[in-house]
Amino acid sequence: MMPPFSYVLVLSAILFGLGVVCVAVRRNLIMILIGVEIIINAAGLAFVAGSLRWNMPDGQIFVLFLAAMAASEVSVGLAMIVYLHRRKKTVNIDHFDEMKG
Amino acid sequence: MNAIIFYLLSAAAVFSTLMAISRRELIHAVVYLVLSFFSLGLIFFMMGAPLIAALEVLIYAGAIMVLFLFIVMMLEMGAAKIPLTPFWKVWGPAVVIAAVILFSMSLLFLGTPQTPLSPMTAFISPRQFGQALYTKYYLAVEAASLLLLFALVGALYLGKRDNP
Repeated sequence: MMPPFSYVLVLSAILFGLGVVCVAVRRNLIMILIGVEIIINAAGLAFVAGSLRWNMPDGQIFVLFLAAMAASEVSVGLAMIVYLHRRKKTVNIDHFDEMKG
Repeated sequence: MNAIIFYLLSAAAVFSTLMAISRRELIHAVVYLVLSFFSLGLIFFMMGAPLIAALEVLIYAGAIMVLFLFIVMMLEMGAAKIPLTPFWKVWGPAVVIAAVILFSMSLLFLGTPQTPLSPMTAFISPRQFGQALYTKYYLAVEAASLLLLFALVGALYLGKRDNP
């Protein structure tokens, strides 16, 4: 027997919270991107759980689109990080607090 | 039985995510995150989504995390001042999590016939998945392909050496 739907949602919520904490607390640009990845995965877990709960493939299809979105977000984000690192030789977000670098 | 495997896997996922967001060295964080994605993929497999489980391992644990590792090593932010700590202190938690994941994976795949492996209440086969994807959501597939193309162009533009 699978555990009830609500337990899966609780796991998803815990992972989501951990991702939000990672985004909010860490001062490293790469760790912030990793936090966004954790958040997207938690959302995908909720989608798959809903797909199982209502026996429809739609939730799983949205996880596929989430993966496409995460891949494009990470590629552009990492390219921006490389660009910023080339400019200021750091990836600490405290050094990026002015508009004209 | 399945519930126990689910609890084991979710504990592994939460613990490895916790370790990932609290590591100081980025490479360790990325490796812990790979473990977290593996356990999430197994949970997806248990919940009747074998294709999504495979994609989770291929795309997230395979492609995206390797991209992170590549950038971390390219910018030379890791390994600069890692103190010489004992072997088990660095790798102990990761080995424990990996053992838990392997144990539950073997339970899932080698289940006895009486206790059928991953008896989903609902099971969406890759055929059903593809049929729904390319009939009901074909416009979204086009939009996703455009999104990936734009991301490729944007990354190429940002990565140009002689950027103003």
